[in-house]
Amino acid sequence: MFVISSRFLRIWHRNFAVYRKTWKVSFMPPLLEPLLYLAAFGLGMSALVGEVSWRNQSASYIVFIAPALLSVNMMYNSFFETTYGSFVRMYYQKTFDAMLATPLFLEEIITGEIIWGATKSVIASSIMLSIISLFGLIRYPEGLLLVPLSFLAGIAFASIGMYFTAVVRNIDLFNLPIFLFITPMFLFGGTFFPLDTLPGWAQALAWFLPLTHLVEITRAIAIGPLDVFALWNLLYLALFSAIFFPLALKKMRVRLIK
Amino acid sequence: MKDIGQSTMMEPVIQADALRKAFGAFTAVDGISFSVRRGECFGILGPNGAGKTSTIRMIYGFSPLSGGSLHVLGQDVTNRKQLRRVKYRIGVCQQDNNLDPELSILQNLEVFASYFDVPRPEATARALELLKFIALENRRDTPIPELSGGLMRRVVLARALINEPDLLILDEPTTGLDPQSRHQIWERLEGLRARGISILLTTHYMEEASRLCDRLIIMDHGKILVEGRPQDLIREHAGRDIIEVSEPGEELRTFLRERNLRYDDLGHRLLIYCDERDQLYREVSGRYCRDGCTLRTATLEDVFLKLTGRELRE
Repeated sequence: MFVISSRFLRIWHRNFAVYRKTWKVSFMPPLLEPLLYLAAFGLGMSALVGEVSWRNQSASYIVFIAPALLSVNMMYNSFFETTYGSFVRMYYQKTFDAMLATPLFLEEIITGEIIWGATKSVIASSIMLSIISLFGLIRYPEGLLLVPLSFLAGIAFASIGMYFTAVVRNIDLFNLPIFLFITPMFLFGGTFFPLDTLPGWAQALAWFLPLTHLVEITRAIAIGPLDVFALWNLLYLALFSAIFFPLALKKMRVRLIK
Repeated sequence: MKDIGQSTMMEPVIQADALRKAFGAFTAVDGISFSVRRGECFGILGPNGAGKTSTIRMIYGFSPLSGGSLHVLGQDVTNRKQLRRVKYRIGVCQQDNNLDPELSILQNLEVFASYFDVPRPEATARALELLKFIALENRRDTPIPELSGGLMRRVVLARALINEPDLLILDEPTTGLDPQSRHQIWERLEGLRARGISILLTTHYMEEASRLCDRLIIMDHGKILVEGRPQDLIREHAGRDIIEVSEPGEELRTFLRERNLRYDDLGHRLLIYCDERDQLYREVSGRYCRDGCTLRTATLEDVFLKLTGRELRE
């Protein structure tokens, strides 16, 4: 087995230094994209949909989808950081090679990348959270729990992303997990319509998707009620981290240590 | 030289014994043994695919060993704890210019220093000192993509020195550079050598090896062919001088065979290895030269080609 020291923070700092250089550009997508979705679905679709029932309570459509879009934002920002972002550093810029010639070991580098991916989730969802809170779409003080949640969710999706980075042959192949895994979650993870409108078998499938559980927690925090179910959802997300984090480390070692 | 005692001062910087590296069925490094002394510049030469990079990757802890033993700065690199100690005290210049393109030159050095736990103010001071060393002190804020290949190489060299290493490892430091940049790098490396830093270098430029290396090995197919000081190797394997004859005739070949002289027959060109230069040259050029005949000093390149053959690699 391996021992991970706090040296992974050096990698985090390195990525943060780069982020600070480019923050004006990196700031915009997590800010604007969800707002566009919110405007399109919240304003445009609301008129068609009206009220949505969730856990025996009725909510306006925009209140219903705002937490889901926040969850999607967490997923995207962590997953894309450890797929495209890490792949560019690993494959094109050979950043990992340079780091491996320093006191750092591979496990520390990969851990740093995953924690950085989770950090991207925190940054992006915090930006979005403050915007949608202005519209009164999140209840407080429960809403503050969304910040630590975005970190935990970020670790799960960043670990999954890092696993794919370790196994894809080239950068174009990321289309596969995106098409087969990310997009279905975006559409069917209880995001745009309540799961109970789906046929039974589809609901069962949806409950396997990590995003479904993340959306459940986010909604429970933002709208309520926040009960024991959220704990199970959280455990399910933690399970993904517990599987994919070590798996990503293992596959990365196979890929890079020659 | 922080935590090593007096007794270890004499011990080699690198000690490789029966070192082996295999990738599946392919053996890249086939049981080589050599040692590098403190303060010397040691070269690993060889054609593409000879096993140079595989060897040094094991030395800086990038690749696990497939066999044999390897001690660097007195530490066993197969032991993770000891390897970490080694990694703190070596500087590595890899083949790629793998700088962080989003960061400035100065930031590249500062970030790299943090990997070695150098505190920030100290890191900045060292980075500025190194920028002076590579004559880029006025371009500290230049973005990396704006640098030429030669300048990038100099930054990579500076980066490898940020931890004030006891051992500097250079994998083909001047490949792809123009002559000006190459000489710039050489001057820096000579400066470092004069300061007593031990240097391990791979190259396939013989001029580079002759100029920089105190001792070297020539490798091919994962094995060491020869080891020694450049001048000794030249004397031993190529003699003092070489007479090159273009379009040699059959009479010349007969003459050489009769006199039992060492020569290489390349078809359209003939290389005669000789020690009693003037007399033989007069004789050959006077009697057997139809197209052109030159007398020159033997170089490491002659040794290299003689030992590794002239056919193309990869």
